[in-house]
Amino acid sequence: MIPARRERRREWLALVPALLVLLVLFIYPLYGILSRSVYKGGGYTLDAYRQVFRVPVYLTVMALTFRTAAVVTLLCLALGYPLAYVLARVRPRLARLLLIVVVLPFFTSLIVRTYAWMVLLGRNGLVNQWLVALGLADKPLPLLYNQAGVLIGMTYILLPFMVLTLFSVMRGIDPALVRAAHSLGASRFQAFRRVFLPLSLPGIAAGALLVFILSLGFFITPALMGGPSDVMIAMLIEREVEITLNWSFASALAVILLALTLAGFALYSRVAGFERLFEGRG
Amino acid sequence: MSPGAEVRLEGLSKSYGPVVAVRDVSVTIGPGSFFTLLGPSGSGKTTTLMMIAGFVHPTRGEIFVDGRPVAGLPPQKRDLGMVFQSYAVFPHLTVFENIAFPLRVRQVAAAELRRRVGEALELVRLQGYDRRLPRQLSGGEQQRVALARALVFRPRVPLMDEPLGALDKKLRAHMQLELKHLQRQLHVTVVYVTHDQEEALTMSDRVAVMRGGGLEQVGAPAELYEAPANRFVADFLGESNFLDGTVVGPASGSRYRVRTAGGLELQGVGAAPLAAGQAVTAAIRPEKLAPAEAPPAEGNVAKGVVEELIYAGDATRYRVTLGPDGTVSMRIPNRLGTRPYAIGEPVTLGWDPAETRLFPRDVP
Repeated sequence: MIPARRERRREWLALVPALLVLLVLFIYPLYGILSRSVYKGGGYTLDAYRQVFRVPVYLTVMALTFRTAAVVTLLCLALGYPLAYVLARVRPRLARLLLIVVVLPFFTSLIVRTYAWMVLLGRNGLVNQWLVALGLADKPLPLLYNQAGVLIGMTYILLPFMVLTLFSVMRGIDPALVRAAHSLGASRFQAFRRVFLPLSLPGIAAGALLVFILSLGFFITPALMGGPSDVMIAMLIEREVEITLNWSFASALAVILLALTLAGFALYSRVAGFERLFEGRG
Repeated sequence: MSPGAEVRLEGLSKSYGPVVAVRDVSVTIGPGSFFTLLGPSGSGKTTTLMMIAGFVHPTRGEIFVDGRPVAGLPPQKRDLGMVFQSYAVFPHLTVFENIAFPLRVRQVAAAELRRRVGEALELVRLQGYDRRLPRQLSGGEQQRVALARALVFRPRVPLMDEPLGALDKKLRAHMQLELKHLQRQLHVTVVYVTHDQEEALTMSDRVAVMRGGGLEQVGAPAELYEAPANRFVADFLGESNFLDGTVVGPASGSRYRVRTAGGLELQGVGAAPLAAGQAVTAAIRPEKLAPAEAPPAEGNVAKGVVEELIYAGDATRYRVTLGPDGTVSMRIPNRLGTRPYAIGEPVTLGWDPAETRLFPRDVP
């Protein structure tokens, strides 16, 4: 089948521009980072990597990054699951409208949204004014330039990713299954726990991994809304590049972050592949 | 297992805004009987079933199960059990856990649960399948899991919404027999929904024919087939030839003499009292017509010409044109020595007035 093969070769041609862009703007710089992380002063060395694992402060930053990502993931799940559940159960027209509301924040820049939160959460911001006015707090709460600020900001920004992932899985759950559970005597809670929740697990796993991976590399929000001690890996890299000018060390950190993220993605694609498990319904 | 309950529907109605889906349905379903709601799509049969199940709230009317009103109860408190057209087998649970589901939510003890699931597996002949997942099963096997699951908790009234609709013809016929057999064995009351008139006739003790949200006729299959109450039922169940005419006058009993538009003199049984001069439609089943070698002294006779014949294995179907009265269909079983008629051959048809139904006809 020579014509078919030629056809396929032509299809490959369509990829050339994209591959060129990737090569010049992504692969080549990546190679630069990799080589810089192991090349210093005219020779190859793993000093930069050794430093990351030897100096406690860097391990602390990594632990904090992971912890922040984990807490943000849990918060997104806690807020996103009920929202996605409602989206999946309402009439399609209403669901479409609500989905637009969910993705609406994507239409504004991340920085603008982060600054908006800073205005809201500041000492004399709207949130504190309300809290004091409603008597929920005696004096303004510290919601900005600390861990709370980082968590609020990141959760807000990553929530749509969780909701959309959960929604796509939940929408695929046949409503007849929940009805069948009721007809067999299951209460609302039993039908949810024994039927809906297990069937939505692939969505939970995929959504959680996605949010977790995205959290690992967050920079702007923690940099603007966090305090001096809320340093995440991405901020550390920026500091090494801009202030310390230790590019080889910054490169080593970047490579570690990339490796962790890739490992997360590998896990993600395996978990997301789980969904196929449930598709074979007759 | 526990015998079935009596289900009574009283003035059951459902409207969606201005659209009436079910209109004033009243019927009593005897305990332990196989009851079928039959009708074309949009006739309200599924909505009626969903109201019995509790997934749809009636706009008016009440549902009694063994005399107890249940219209206000949620589905899980009605203890009815339901088999869906899409099977709705839980894809994440094994066959065993699917069937165990109703027992688990009722907190049945482990030993008792194992025993009853085992019994149910045996009932639907799926022993040895307990550890499989639904996606490893064929459609018929999944349907049997759904069936076992709906029966394992011994509901008083299993409800079934076109449960065999997705199966191929042969498997469907096999499952029909199995279902009927199961229902007899368990003495449960089954409320069954189908649009397949053959399925309704073969399985049911009683059938309710629905159209446009209302009941057209309720009765045993033979009653509906032999004595349909109106033209819709005569047409929907099986096949009928229709001849339009006018009542000439009464004959003996509930019989009337009719003259067709084409000038044929017939006698038939009125589905309702008729008056002379009233416009009627006469309905005759194709298998009730037979060629009369010598014109019978009594009974209806019509002369025609064979226009078309279709050989169908067990029988031959003839299209016979009666001139101005149009064309009728005649079905003759193929027996050894049955003489086939040729196209264009004149034939005299004879049939019994008792097998001719007369329905009042609205004149436009």
